[in-house]
Amino acid sequence: MTPEILGAIAIAYVAFMFVLAHAADRASIAGRWRWMDSPVVYTLSLSVYCSAWTFYGAVGYASRSGLEFITIYLGPSIVFAGAWWGLRRLVRVARMHRITSVADLISSRYGKSPWIAVLVTLIAVTAATPYLALQMQSVTMALGAFAEPGQKLPGAIPLWVAIGLAAFAILFGTRNLAADERHHGVVIAIALEAVVKLAAFIAVGCYVVWGLADGPADVLARIDRFSTTEAAKGWIIQPERWAVLIVLAGSAVVVLPRMFQVLIVEAGDDDRLRHAGWAFPVYLLALSIFVLPITVIGRDLLPAQSDPDLHVLNLPLSQGKDGLATLVFLGGFSSAMSMVVVSAIAVSTMVANHWFVPFWLWLREIPITRRPHDAPRRDDLRSLMLNARRLGIIGVVGSGWLYHQMSGGASALAAMGIVAFSGMAQVVPSLLAGMLWRGATRRGALAGISAGAMIWFVMVFLPSLGLLGQPQLWAGIDPFAGSVAIALFVNVSLLIVISLFDFPPPAERLQSFSFVNGVAPDAAPADPAQSATAEALLALASRIWGTETALRQFRDAAEEQGKSGFLPDLTSRFVSQFERALAGTVGAATASALTSRVLGRGAVTVADLMDVAGETQRTKETNERLELASHELARTARKLQESNDKLTAISSQKDAFLGQISHELRTPMTSIHAFSEILKEPDLPGSERERFAGIIHDEAGRLTRLLDNLLDLSVLEGGQARRHAEVVNLHDLIERAVTLAEISAPGRPAQIERDPLAEHLPVITDPDRLLQVLINVLANARKYCDAPQPIIEISTRRHPDGRTEIDVTDNGSGIAADRQTLIFEKFARLNEASRIPGAGLGLAICQEMMGFLGGTIAYIPGQGGACFRLILPHLPPTAHHPQ
Amino acid sequence: MKPGIDVLLIEDEPSIAEAIRFILSREGWRCAQWSEGSEAIQQILGLRPRLVILDVMLPGRDGLQVLAQLRATPEIASTPVLVLTAQGGPLAAEGASMVLAKPFANEDLRQAVRSLMPAGQPRA
Repeated sequence: MTPEILGAIAIAYVAFMFVLAHAADRASIAGRWRWMDSPVVYTLSLSVYCSAWTFYGAVGYASRSGLEFITIYLGPSIVFAGAWWGLRRLVRVARMHRITSVADLISSRYGKSPWIAVLVTLIAVTAATPYLALQMQSVTMALGAFAEPGQKLPGAIPLWVAIGLAAFAILFGTRNLAADERHHGVVIAIALEAVVKLAAFIAVGCYVVWGLADGPADVLARIDRFSTTEAAKGWIIQPERWAVLIVLAGSAVVVLPRMFQVLIVEAGDDDRLRHAGWAFPVYLLALSIFVLPITVIGRDLLPAQSDPDLHVLNLPLSQGKDGLATLVFLGGFSSAMSMVVVSAIAVSTMVANHWFVPFWLWLREIPITRRPHDAPRRDDLRSLMLNARRLGIIGVVGSGWLYHQMSGGASALAAMGIVAFSGMAQVVPSLLAGMLWRGATRRGALAGISAGAMIWFVMVFLPSLGLLGQPQLWAGIDPFAGSVAIALFVNVSLLIVISLFDFPPPAERLQSFSFVNGVAPDAAPADPAQSATAEALLALASRIWGTETALRQFRDAAEEQGKSGFLPDLTSRFVSQFERALAGTVGAATASALTSRVLGRGAVTVADLMDVAGETQRTKETNERLELASHELARTARKLQESNDKLTAISSQKDAFLGQISHELRTPMTSIHAFSEILKEPDLPGSERERFAGIIHDEAGRLTRLLDNLLDLSVLEGGQARRHAEVVNLHDLIERAVTLAEISAPGRPAQIERDPLAEHLPVITDPDRLLQVLINVLANARKYCDAPQPIIEISTRRHPDGRTEIDVTDNGSGIAADRQTLIFEKFARLNEASRIPGAGLGLAICQEMMGFLGGTIAYIPGQGGACFRLILPHLPPTAHHPQ
Repeated sequence: MKPGIDVLLIEDEPSIAEAIRFILSREGWRCAQWSEGSEAIQQILGLRPRLVILDVMLPGRDGLQVLAQLRATPEIASTPVLVLTAQGGPLAAEGASMVLAKPFANEDLRQAVRSLMPAGQPRA
């Protein structure tokens, strides 16, 4: 087995992970593979806790310090088995607020403070960089163990590892930007890797116990014998170290960026935590049970200068068990890979959401509401944010690689795991206090975290790099444990003392109430409902989530209110739901800033606060039940009202329709009448006579067209139209429609933007009627788009269920929200002031036509200008001829 | 005396406007035309016609609104107004001197104008 073959195996392994993650992503989009959401997968994904540092390092750790390594497994086990209900609270609150990272959680709790998010992100990046370097180091070292003596491995290996892992994180971590930030592909990959590393470690353990030693009894005897030798002088139990390490490991399993990602952000619901509460400790136990046997047998069999960090690998290698060694290599590689990928995703999300996007918004003053007459660009913020995350991943992994190159040696890196633990632990006091104590304030948290982090940086981080000497504390106290204790003590003291003397502003008290009591904060104050603003929110959402997701969210919200269409009322319930959904993508602080900017909303007032905080938990719960009932009632009432309105509208429409027909017929009739009488007069000059006859002719034509249209409508409405269907290329149809619309509505030139490749879709429909609809919609866009340089965008797409969508969007000022439901009515000419000819039957006919073709036409708000969406079914309705 | 305008026709349909202008000018009336509602009052104030012919369906501003404002503007409140309507059925046009339904016989138009035109002032 050479490093080259091993490298090839590793590449094949990564390639397999790519395929698996891709398949999982696809399956989750299509709603298949529901078992991905099972407690088993969830528990396995938590094993991202065990990085290469634990996989290889546990044996090294045990070799140096005896049983102390067990603290790294003990802390998480205590937290999971003993406090899973606490974790469940955390997951519930975090999901309620759509928390994206640990920085986001603490920022959100303390009044959506952007500065706390910036600070926590800084700690996370600082702690993660050497830790990531350690993972690359482990892969390189493991490859090196396979090399022949004297063989030199290419120096670029860590670089290739970094590039491969960053690519994986980018591909599967930044594929979508959703309100629900979950990455099924990544989770399924790390779950499988969890199995690989456990299998590898147990295989080595079994081989060592039964292959190299004579079973458990022999191993125990050897451990006993070894613990009395000179080599085991480090095997003393220091109580203060044990206590600190257990606390740190227990904290780390929640607040390390990668752990927070899998434990909370990727958690679908909190129920699975109950299973993980016992299953994860069992996993850790299985992984730790063979550590001491491997340590002792390694000491016995391997040469003294051999690195105990690599005993796991060197034991099978020294016995010529290449297959087993390869499995171990893959186990270690899996540990490194899942740690790097998940950390990169988690930390880059923090960097993008809490550093990059707020800074960018502040720097560029990106217009949140669209300026009139911009080209309809729909998801520019989305690509900005995705690119920020991609850059973040490259930055995070890149700095890990750079760090590895610069530090160069394994010795400096070995302690980095626990150093990272102790750094991230500085956010734990603020997190715990935030969940349990309403009195904890933003200033207290900021002071506590920054002081704790500073002390950690000087007393733990810098010494661990050898840049500063180990601090000398009281005699007999372990310097590391002492330093961490000091940092945490100062942290907690500042948090408590400052909080006690601080009086938080209302917005912050609203959040603290919500976090401590686990109640959804529904009191976000909204301006009096204006549909124009709902449209602005929809436009913002489209730019971040993309049109489809945003429309779906808004339609669901409107439906919940009992409204049809895409624009819900801006109730405080909806606004806070919207803001939280946005927070799931960009973090609480940015979401709050963006929403406030669109709504022109001021700060939370004390009165708003009284509404929520004044109530006790109990009345709140009763109220919620009552609210639910009255909500249901209001919904029904609303639906009744809507259908009642519709009935009244239809009846008055009928009158209006007759009046309109009368008007539309009488107008040309008047000219014909008058001119034909004039023509009867004898002394008319010939040229006049000819012109007047021409007018009569034109007006008669107008009458005929009107009658044709009416006939069309009645035939379609009466369902007597002939059905006819053939397969046509949508591209050809659009091509013809564009040309014909230009003829039917000449005037200002409009720039037509199309994507010809996407248009080549075969559709089964009645081409003449679809063409008529397309011409009508395009001609409308040409006529009514009021931008100085009209741009009309035509986009087409085919859904997996066979539906075909055609969007026609212009860059004008669109249609006012209160008119959007009217435009499909007969004779509803939108703008009476415009001097545009037409009877106002166009869209009514389009609607009937589309219905006839089995499809729909709808106005889509929030797209910049006016946007009409035609939806064609997979197959037209079957022909039937009512007798 | 300065040559004034006899009839101001406020009508947006070009061919109807042309027909009415033709009929009235052959009668010897001096006609001007305006084709939307929102600035109709300013036109009437500026031209001071002896008679206004007003269509009901106008772009910009409804003909009946124009009529109400005309009646409320002292300088022109007494101007006779002939209202044209294309809606079938009776039209409640408060303040109209006469209502003529479209389509109309040319002779009816001529007679209406003749009868509404304030007496004692010469034609062109």
